[in-house]
Amino acid sequence: MPSGNRGNQWLIAIFLLGALLFDYPILSLFNSDVNVLGIPLLVAYFFAIWAVMIVLFMIVTRGPVKGSSRKSKERGR
Amino acid sequence: MLQGGFILTVSFGYLGLLFAIAYFGDKRADAGRSIIANPYIYALSLTVYCTAWTFYGSVGRAANSGVGFLPIYIGPTVLAPLWWIVLRKIVRISKIHRITSIADFIASRYGKSTLLGGLATVIAVLGIVPYISLQLKAISTSFLVISEYPEIRMPTDPGQLSIFHDTAFYAALVLAAFTILFGTRHLDATERHEGLVAAIAFESVVKLAAFLAVGIFVTYGLYNGFSDILTKAETVPNLMELFHFGDAHGTYGNWTWLVFLSMLAVILLPRQFQVAVVENVNEDHIRKAIWLFPLYLWAINLFVLPVTIAGLVHFAGGPVEADSFVLALPMAEKKEWLALFVFLGGMSAATGMVIVATIALSTMVCNDLVMPVLLRVPEPNLLQRKELGGLLLGIRRGVIILVLLLSYVYFRYVGEFYTLVSIGLVSFTAVAQFAPALLGGIFWKGGTRWGALCGLSGGFLIWAYTLVLPSLSHAGLLPVTLLDEGPFGISILRPDHLFGLQHFDPVSHAMFWSMLINVSLYVGGSLLSRPSVIELNQANLFVDVFRPPGMLAESTIWKGRALVPDLKSLLARFLGAKRSDEIFAAYAKQHNVDWSLSWEADPGLVDYAEKILAGAIGSASARAMVASVVKEEPVSLEEVMHIVDEARQIKAYSRELERKSRQLEQATAELRAANARLQELDQLKDEFISTITHELRTPLTSIRAFAEILIDNPDMDVAQRKEFLDIVTRESERLSRLINEVLDFQKVESGAVALDFTQVDIREVIQEVFASLGRIIEEKGIEVEFEIPVQVPKIEGDHDRLTQVVMNLVSNAVKFCDPERGFIGITVKVQKNSLRVDVRDNGVGISPAMQNIIFEKFRQVEDAVRGRPAGSGLGLAITKRIVEIHGGRIWVDSVPSKGSVFSFVLPLKAEQRLQKLRSESLTD
Repeated sequence: MPSGNRGNQWLIAIFLLGALLFDYPILSLFNSDVNVLGIPLLVAYFFAIWAVMIVLFMIVTRGPVKGSSRKSKERGR
Repeated sequence: MLQGGFILTVSFGYLGLLFAIAYFGDKRADAGRSIIANPYIYALSLTVYCTAWTFYGSVGRAANSGVGFLPIYIGPTVLAPLWWIVLRKIVRISKIHRITSIADFIASRYGKSTLLGGLATVIAVLGIVPYISLQLKAISTSFLVISEYPEIRMPTDPGQLSIFHDTAFYAALVLAAFTILFGTRHLDATERHEGLVAAIAFESVVKLAAFLAVGIFVTYGLYNGFSDILTKAETVPNLMELFHFGDAHGTYGNWTWLVFLSMLAVILLPRQFQVAVVENVNEDHIRKAIWLFPLYLWAINLFVLPVTIAGLVHFAGGPVEADSFVLALPMAEKKEWLALFVFLGGMSAATGMVIVATIALSTMVCNDLVMPVLLRVPEPNLLQRKELGGLLLGIRRGVIILVLLLSYVYFRYVGEFYTLVSIGLVSFTAVAQFAPALLGGIFWKGGTRWGALCGLSGGFLIWAYTLVLPSLSHAGLLPVTLLDEGPFGISILRPDHLFGLQHFDPVSHAMFWSMLINVSLYVGGSLLSRPSVIELNQANLFVDVFRPPGMLAESTIWKGRALVPDLKSLLARFLGAKRSDEIFAAYAKQHNVDWSLSWEADPGLVDYAEKILAGAIGSASARAMVASVVKEEPVSLEEVMHIVDEARQIKAYSRELERKSRQLEQATAELRAANARLQELDQLKDEFISTITHELRTPLTSIRAFAEILIDNPDMDVAQRKEFLDIVTRESERLSRLINEVLDFQKVESGAVALDFTQVDIREVIQEVFASLGRIIEEKGIEVEFEIPVQVPKIEGDHDRLTQVVMNLVSNAVKFCDPERGFIGITVKVQKNSLRVDVRDNGVGISPAMQNIIFEKFRQVEDAVRGRPAGSGLGLAITKRIVEIHGGRIWVDSVPSKGSVFSFVLPLKAEQRLQKLRSESLTD
């Protein structure tokens, strides 16, 4: 992969964030009987964070990755 | 309305529609106007990940373990951002090497190894067959359920029916026919199926729409939104527990393993590899897929829990299996059309998976299992046959039928004992075994064929032992005691609690052990084995695939001779003469070569032909075929190492260059300093010569003057003449003394002086000096003070030279002390290993600036009042040199207008330092 690619670093960072948010012990914090807007907290947490992650992916893959890949293509030529 | 016949008609109608889409897609592709060349189709085709397992099984799993159905989708979501790094690399490599399956990828990476490709294929087939059987089960079950409408009845156990009454059997046959139509219409060099991808994308839309439809119907039609369902759920005992993790041991551990497993599976499943890598049109599509794919997963899971709860509430205690809730709920509410739509959605999910997975498997089996064997058996000799394309297609079609029949057999005899999801997870775990070899292979050059073989087979055996064995045992094919007591009663080897590991569910348990063994063997085996030439080369090509193209092309190693017609006819046998002509023409045009001049193929062409062939029959077989028409010369390991090390060498060179230029700079600075010093010395020498000549001229002038007077006045009286002759004699003496001093200095300085080392008593030396200077001291009325201990140890040294030192210092003191009330003090101190002598005077003193340089040769303290002192300016330099030769040290302390103290220290034992100093002075 092209070195020094800031886009790649963002992607890795988001991957790590996702891995953290969807695993123990963060999950155990939301493992309760409480309901949020009529939805059990854990379920609400899953789908909300999931959606947030998707938006993050969208933002990150639009921004820096695009620029860097173009640059690397030009360099390749 | 929903009778069996009608549903069959609709089903076939739907399959026909799919085929029409595929046909249209292929036509457009041939016309060069691809309909799949956009990221949305790509992302949709990736969702072949969501099979009947998702469509029906998620609800089934949610009914058992609540949120436990989620990791299968969370894993791929979390991993998605890394696709840009991992998947893109795999895609790039596969494009360059025309890799058509995951087994081919692994085989190609580890030196186009036939053995490895075959092993990977076996693992893939054994791993995926249960998964395909799961789809068959879903299709047949959903068909049987919906055709009972308006009754809601679970189908009877197919094991009690004859095969010819079993819907799943017909489903398998229909799907086999359909897959053959789709996937093996022609043998393409690239093995891409544009039409197929279009159909898969369409199916992905249908299954999502169907699931959302049933979800919305249940949530907002049957109930008033999520919270309403939740309120109902509270009335059913134990239902609320589905919404959180249980307190059991290992709950989170299982969760983590499942997330990890799905991360691997989403890349490593043969069908995912097919759509994500082989069918990829443009690497850039991955970027949009990174968020589109998780979005799809999110959407298709949104209503899983509501549907589950609704089903559990609705069919509480009834015979309806949770795996069928999705279909049973609209049926129970008499929504025929919705039920039909759901049925089609489920069929989309199932058929999509079956078609893509079977095609992927057939390519694998054909290229990595059957071809290598056929190429090795002597009869019928494949190499002699004119046309092989038809044979290849035949093999693939056979494999498709075989795989589906195998899946049916699994479904009939084993699969019945499991829910949809558990079967799927067994497959996931099987393909996860590819992870170390594949991911290691693209990021670590050190991975070797041997390591990959060990890791893969080790992991596979553990998988079979911990997951397949128990399932066979449950199915009654193996004794149950195997599970309860372990093999041969060795309880520590119980397949589902290997080495006594507790608290893991079977999948996490199998994942842990198989990954542990797999990774360890892969890394260990790689480190312990030596890669072959071709392995090293492939390792470089794979790992450094993103390096600038120039460097990569150079690292293709091939030495040998091949003829263009040979290569052409080789390709023609697999791809047909027309296609092969086109391929060669394209190459000739691109590289501007004319084969009418020479039949000799250049290495680039051989490589090109091999890659084209690899696209059709796999890299290992292509290697063997090309090798059969090429006279190859062995490439030595040194040559490969040379190529491999090229980049490293360049780096090393540039570092070396930097270092050299730094050294150069340093040397330049040193030279400059030395030059400055030389110039200074040169200047000093000039000064010295002028001083010396001046000093020499003074006595000479007076000698000459008096001599002339004596000549001019022959009648001069005797007394006068004697006086003049005295002056001439004295001046001559002074002249020779001066010359002696210069010679002496020269000797001392060059180290040529021979020292006569004896035991010297410094007291004697001082006495001698004062004896010879006594008269002049008395004349000048100088007060002298001695401070010398009674006992002074003798030192090793040259008596005469040390006398010279003391003489020099004392006569300097005499010269410079106060002219009116002169004072000289001599102090001797005995120190630990040395002797210190101080010579004090009360003269004008020496300014601090001069103190530093006074010991340098030709330096003299100039005094504004008295002018330049008499003497050559060599006295102190000689003194210093003598002291140093004795291993001692000399310095001056002085307060201007108060006086100076010249001190020197001499070691009692001089020998060792002497040696050192001599060698130093030689190199000076």
